[in-house]
Amino acid sequence: MNRPKKGSDPRDAMLDHLPALRAFALSLTRNGATADDMVQDTVVKAWTNMDKFQPGTNMRAWLFTILRNTYYSSRRKLNREVADPEGTMVAGLSVKPDHDGHLNLTDFKKVFETLPDEQREALILVGASGFSYEEAADMCGVAIGTIKSRANRGRARLTELLGLDGNSPIEMTDNATMAVVAGGGSVLR
Amino acid sequence: MTKPKQDERDRVAALIDQNLRLVYSDLVKEDLPDRFKDLLAVLKAQDTESGGKS
Repeated sequence: MNRPKKGSDPRDAMLDHLPALRAFALSLTRNGATADDMVQDTVVKAWTNMDKFQPGTNMRAWLFTILRNTYYSSRRKLNREVADPEGTMVAGLSVKPDHDGHLNLTDFKKVFETLPDEQREALILVGASGFSYEEAADMCGVAIGTIKSRANRGRARLTELLGLDGNSPIEMTDNATMAVVAGGGSVLR
Repeated sequence: MTKPKQDERDRVAALIDQNLRLVYSDLVKEDLPDRFKDLLAVLKAQDTESGGKS
């Protein structure tokens, strides 16, 4: 009876959010097929639960939240955790920027994908898609401080792996020196 | 000593965020697979069929 008029149906807005939703899914899953399946699941869930969406609130944040919940529950189910969540196995993977400090985007992507899920997610939400820390915390169901620390740890790790550490001149290629510099980071466990 | 260090950290953080935005916007710009438009059409058709009654 209280079905909104066609023009104001929030379902009509969904298509506009799908490219961003898919980009988020790709960043999270690092796999095209899995990402598309996640997006499909999210669309169906959102469509059938549209009555739970509060008009006037951020639909993109709502869709992202559904997608990440889908992702984490399927990840738990599959239990496909890597034995090395902090990514120490890529410790040898270190790329250096050009002399002008310009980063190769392909290298950046490669290194970004080695970050733990929670850090990638925090960085994508606040660093790339422009959500506030508050919105991101809300979407992930954690405190604002947690999102901040995940994002900062992610940035610190990228800084380290990309050799962007301000204390290490780019010319400094000696492995022993690099290891000392990297050892000064606080993210090592 | 600590101030330039902080400046450097800010500079690096800005550089990282800039690259994140580049990577992400490349992904957003990818063509949306047809399956999603088809899916939305199917969902819409189902809704119309059930007439929204009940």
